[in-house]
Amino acid sequence: MDAFTTHTGRAVPLRRSNVDTDQIIPAVWLKQVSRTGFEKGLFAAWREDPSFVLNDPAYEGASILVSGPDFGTGSSREHAVWALQQYGFRVVIASRFGDIFRNNSTKMGLLPVVLPEDVVERLQDAAEADPKTEITVDLMERQVRSGDLVASFEIDDYTRWRLMEGLDDIGLTLRHADAIEEYENGRQPWLPTTV
Amino acid sequence: MGRTLAEKVWEQHVVRRADGEPDLLYIDLHLIHEVTSPQAFDGLRMAGRTVRRPDLTIATEDHNVPTVLGPISDPVSRTQVETLRKNAAEFGIRLHPMGDAGQGVVHIIGPQFGLTQPGMTIVCGDSHTSTHGAFGAIAFGIGTSEVEHVLATQTLPAYRPKTMAIEVKGELPVGVTAKDLILAIIAKIGTGGGQGYIVEYRGEAVRKLSMEGRMTVCNMSIEAGARAGMIAPDETTFEYLRGRPHAPTGEAWDRAVEYWKTLRTDDDAEFDKVVEIDASALTPFVTWGTNPGQGAPLGSAVPSPEQFADPVERAAAERALEYMGLAAGTPLRDIQVDTVFVGSCTNGRIEDLRAAAEILRGRKVVTRTLIVPGSMGVKKAAEEEGLHEVFKAAGAEWREAGCSMCLGMNPDTLKPGERSASTSNRNFEGRQGKGGRTHLVSPQVAAATAVTGRLTAPADL
Repeated sequence: MDAFTTHTGRAVPLRRSNVDTDQIIPAVWLKQVSRTGFEKGLFAAWREDPSFVLNDPAYEGASILVSGPDFGTGSSREHAVWALQQYGFRVVIASRFGDIFRNNSTKMGLLPVVLPEDVVERLQDAAEADPKTEITVDLMERQVRSGDLVASFEIDDYTRWRLMEGLDDIGLTLRHADAIEEYENGRQPWLPTTV
Repeated sequence: MGRTLAEKVWEQHVVRRADGEPDLLYIDLHLIHEVTSPQAFDGLRMAGRTVRRPDLTIATEDHNVPTVLGPISDPVSRTQVETLRKNAAEFGIRLHPMGDAGQGVVHIIGPQFGLTQPGMTIVCGDSHTSTHGAFGAIAFGIGTSEVEHVLATQTLPAYRPKTMAIEVKGELPVGVTAKDLILAIIAKIGTGGGQGYIVEYRGEAVRKLSMEGRMTVCNMSIEAGARAGMIAPDETTFEYLRGRPHAPTGEAWDRAVEYWKTLRTDDDAEFDKVVEIDASALTPFVTWGTNPGQGAPLGSAVPSPEQFADPVERAAAERALEYMGLAAGTPLRDIQVDTVFVGSCTNGRIEDLRAAAEILRGRKVVTRTLIVPGSMGVKKAAEEEGLHEVFKAAGAEWREAGCSMCLGMNPDTLKPGERSASTSNRNFEGRQGKGGRTHLVSPQVAAATAVTGRLTAPADL
């Protein structure tokens, strides 16, 4: 995955709560067996409405999505992350995220940033007042900055390090192949196999 | 201090623990289906990696499959299913393809085969993996990157979630089901209420649930945002498992049961959060909105957005009523539906079909009614009991096994504006087909609704 250290970009305010992954990428798009081309399916149903915020040319090229609470709930489909990234988003800011979506994001290098709801609303207000408003998301400092707003966010050290280095989880785990083998030798004998 | 059930199972599976890092957790069973696996297998091939434990992995075809006999007509769906077949063959993974006697929805077949057992860790690229927690396993949904990780290493790096107890006091009244219970729980704690937690469902009402009811409850843990739901194993669990194809036998069975009996939260253990709910006060419960937390007792009315003090919830309710085409104050029993769906990993097991058949016996449906067994095994069992004859005589459609109308990936969908009473798990916008409107209900309410064409409880008939 791509390394993430700091990113500055314009924001799209998405004033909806419970943006489930079925909205981010409807199921019909999940039939693909490749990893590309999902940007066309991003918010496919909502984009049919001309007044939907992503259809506003003022937000073209924005790379930070600022959403209402409970973003990415529901289905585990990682396609939601791929769709957001392939459309051009590097960061999603919300006050709460679905656990699986948040996990999937950090595996792919899309940064989910949790900020208090009032800060999220200030960022949405700013992006609505002036779509050219820039937001900086600084993973090194664990900070979001825009104009005179400075807000800290929490992320565990390990995930932050992995994102900043752009590291492949599988490669990291395989360094511990001996520990896995040792564990396997001690597993309870009655545990089932599929064969 | 004592430990919770979740802590005991987690600790048993830690391969490696280091300061400042997530635990490396061993995975006992990896379930696979066609939708979230193709890119993971591609990843393995690109990196020159292999599947570490094909013998702890099992695959089925469920999301895309049509529920009428015949080939898959959609070429994109067909390619996805064929891709799974190629991957399973290449990496030596047991697969239950369409038409096979073992085929079915991934979360139905694990327990059916006895592969889901107490104290295990189980993952699948599907959020409803929480279903398997009904056996006292830690079971959770993962994305495709993690599917690839489990294929390659049989482990996952993960931080242990916090623990939450949901104490269900009292007994469920007659006519109130596991589905009503979990819908009421989600309405109480909200779609984000469980975020960051493994939930353990406890209390008298939970102990009295059958294994199938427990699976319905754990299945929808994710709809409350919880990573996993669990119920401590007991005699009900052991009875369900005994004699299943992959359950231990002989001396191994005795040793397993001895261990499984230790899988309960110690009396002096503390949960990070405790929620209480009174089962005896519950009545049949349905959803009126576009997330599973937007539910209410069937005897009540569509709420007014003004009833919600929180501005975010109020805005969500306004939007939901607009999408659902509902006016505040409408009695829920007056809502007319076009389609009834009984099935899915939430309510596609034999007890669910029996419950629906009991209501449809000797009656006629007035709406399109799909009865979809969760697996070919469930279908066979239902036919041996003659349930299919009851459904057909009532005018319902008796289908082949699959995910069917739970999600819009196969031919079973709603048309724009159509309204369903559905035993599935998600009422999201467009979930059952673009523009479709979903009311989540129990199998009993679904069957009664099919008879009247309006949201109806069996007691109303």
